[in-house]
Amino acid sequence: MTAPGQQPATQGARSLDPHLRRYAARTAGMTASEIRALFAVASRPEVVSLAGGMPYLAALPLDSLSAEIGNLIATDGLVALQYGSAHGVPELREQICEVMALEGISAHPDDVVVTVGSQMALDMVTRIFCDPGDVVLAEGPSYVGALGSFAAYQAQVVHVAMDDDGLIPAALREALAAVAARGQRVKFLYTIPNFHNPAGVTLAVSRRAEVLEICRQHGVLVVEDNPYGLLGFDGQTYPALRSSDPDNVVYLGSFSKTFAAGLRVGWALAPHAVREKLVLAAESATLCPPTLNQLVVSRYLSTHDWKGQIKTYREAYRERRDAMLSALEQHMPAGCTWTRPDGGFYVWLTVPEGIDTKAMLPRAVTQRVAYASGTGFYADRLGSRQMRLSFCYPTPERIKEGVRRLANVLEGEIQLHATFGSTPRREVSGPQAPSPDTA
Amino acid sequence: MSDRWVAVLSGGLSHEREVSLRSGRRLSAALRADGLTVEEWDADAGLLARLRDNRPDAVVVALHGGEGENGSVQTVLEMLGVPYVGTDSRACRRAWDKPTTKAELARAGLATPDWAVLPHATFRELGAQPVLDAMVESLGLPLILKPDQGGSALGARVVREAAELPAAMVGCLAYGETVLAERFIEGTEVAVTVVDGPDGPEALPAVEIEPKGGGIYDYTARYTAGLTDFHAPARLSPSAADAVGELAVAAHLLLGLRDVSRTDAIVAPDGTVYFLEVNVSPGLTETSLLPMAVEAAGRSLGEIYAGLIERAVTRTA
Repeated sequence: MTAPGQQPATQGARSLDPHLRRYAARTAGMTASEIRALFAVASRPEVVSLAGGMPYLAALPLDSLSAEIGNLIATDGLVALQYGSAHGVPELREQICEVMALEGISAHPDDVVVTVGSQMALDMVTRIFCDPGDVVLAEGPSYVGALGSFAAYQAQVVHVAMDDDGLIPAALREALAAVAARGQRVKFLYTIPNFHNPAGVTLAVSRRAEVLEICRQHGVLVVEDNPYGLLGFDGQTYPALRSSDPDNVVYLGSFSKTFAAGLRVGWALAPHAVREKLVLAAESATLCPPTLNQLVVSRYLSTHDWKGQIKTYREAYRERRDAMLSALEQHMPAGCTWTRPDGGFYVWLTVPEGIDTKAMLPRAVTQRVAYASGTGFYADRLGSRQMRLSFCYPTPERIKEGVRRLANVLEGEIQLHATFGSTPRREVSGPQAPSPDTA
Repeated sequence: MSDRWVAVLSGGLSHEREVSLRSGRRLSAALRADGLTVEEWDADAGLLARLRDNRPDAVVVALHGGEGENGSVQTVLEMLGVPYVGTDSRACRRAWDKPTTKAELARAGLATPDWAVLPHATFRELGAQPVLDAMVESLGLPLILKPDQGGSALGARVVREAAELPAAMVGCLAYGETVLAERFIEGTEVAVTVVDGPDGPEALPAVEIEPKGGGIYDYTARYTAGLTDFHAPARLSPSAADAVGELAVAAHLLLGLRDVSRTDAIVAPDGTVYFLEVNVSPGLTETSLLPMAVEAAGRSLGEIYAGLIERAVTRTA
């Protein structure tokens, strides 16, 4: 007897997934992968992982945080452990406005929606704006978690080229014209203007007004994702896109990089009407963000020197960035180029022609170093010559060792290609849900 | 029911770490259900201290690839005198190398697809294209490239056109320095588990592997539930079913394997049974072949491994 919706594939065959025919079409790419499996090894301490974007939490004052959280439960436990509003805790929303003011944003707390990390905000924004087949513009490369959300809602991603000054306005115009010529509709531009993930570059201040103007002219919303904006190594900040166009920008922020990623507290700042829809969408997704975690962040912001903590983070990351750049200079074979970030977590490395960083990853893991191959950061199969190197988590000494190992891996791969010639790239899977290895 | 306490070793640092962790969890649950006391241990720098401080009655090696299958961990267990389930270190070392096992079994008269083993250095020194041309001339197409060591089909590439060879070589050589190129036999792919018992090695029912859409049984097809259909027992004639069982037992004996092994084979349309490779630490995950064979035999994973643990303890005592 076959259960409804379940059909055996062939007579007497045993499928290990009786639900196979029930899944939505969008699950087609959700399969086991050799490359994902390799990251199980990358998490071992023997491997220098330059893959994951994990913040350097050892810089946190754990003792005082522990006391604060204990005190929170003792004094406000019945609130902290209770359901809350889908909109978020009011006091935290006020504090978020103070945080955003550091980058020139003037906002009302009512327009802030607290989310389970900014990843959820991204998901909600895509959910309320995108029908299947709608076009989203995103820098090429772009954040893998955003590409995963866009894919989940069956939006089509069109990449816009960047250079060392971030997104190129002329390329944005070209992309918009090309999409219009195809009769398609662009719903929004997704952009990470500051210390880009994965490219490490920052949108030049001189380009910001032009990007906003182009989007306005074409009736395209801007989704500004800014998790790294306060992590400029010299303490510099850039004016948020939202600060000069409040009506056409949805701004996404996060405490994951400036405080603690595990709390999963982020937010969206949106024009009033959009915010209303985001709250309703968030309600159906999670009812409310975790009250306890919101109150932990709120207490932290009110009782700790959070700006001092960000400075501590910045200095730690600058030291790591310096270690990575000097090791790259020292060890990388000819033909490699890389970006030189002024903030954030990442360097974007381009390897010589013909080398496929995804196909090379097993060799790297064998030599006890890991990275995020570039194809995961594109929706259109580009990126095979690139990789993202994260300097946020390992110590400077480990970073140097990791880069040294990576250079050996590349030398081996270059030899292999010298033997067999440039080879066409193998299969590439599209973006999937972000993992700590690539997020 | 047994009151033994055992350590299941899983994880390790091979490319198959994730699969091994899943095997370890599944086996541990099965053994606990059978009444054994089980701890899951990673094969890391703390292993020897744990073995000395908290010595189990026996160890079960559920490591896949690398140190878990090439005899290294087994050597350490032997040096410490810790009983363990599985093939001894010397036979592991031999079985780990695919070309060696093929050569030994071919010498014993068993059929195995024609093959060639070539390190990267040979292509580099003699020129890739002439060597690839000779390979195609000798083995024909299609052929399958595999790393000479390792499992889970990691790095395996089926090549149907000569033009695909350079890219497939690069992909395969990412997993090791030497490639085993083998004539690709179209036919019914089966896996046969062999378990040692009081009356000698016994072949469990063969499991037939049928990747959907005519694809190959690669890593994705192996570990994504639903992408492959399985038939246990395999849809073979009685004589073919006997032949694959005999092949697996012969491989187990000829290679000196112990306790449990899994032989992968192809039954060609003309009925010839070809040996492909043998695994001394078969996968035990939700999508693995050994648990399906155990179920088809009307037995349980816990019962079989509890029996093997008793054998390990008593042979050392």
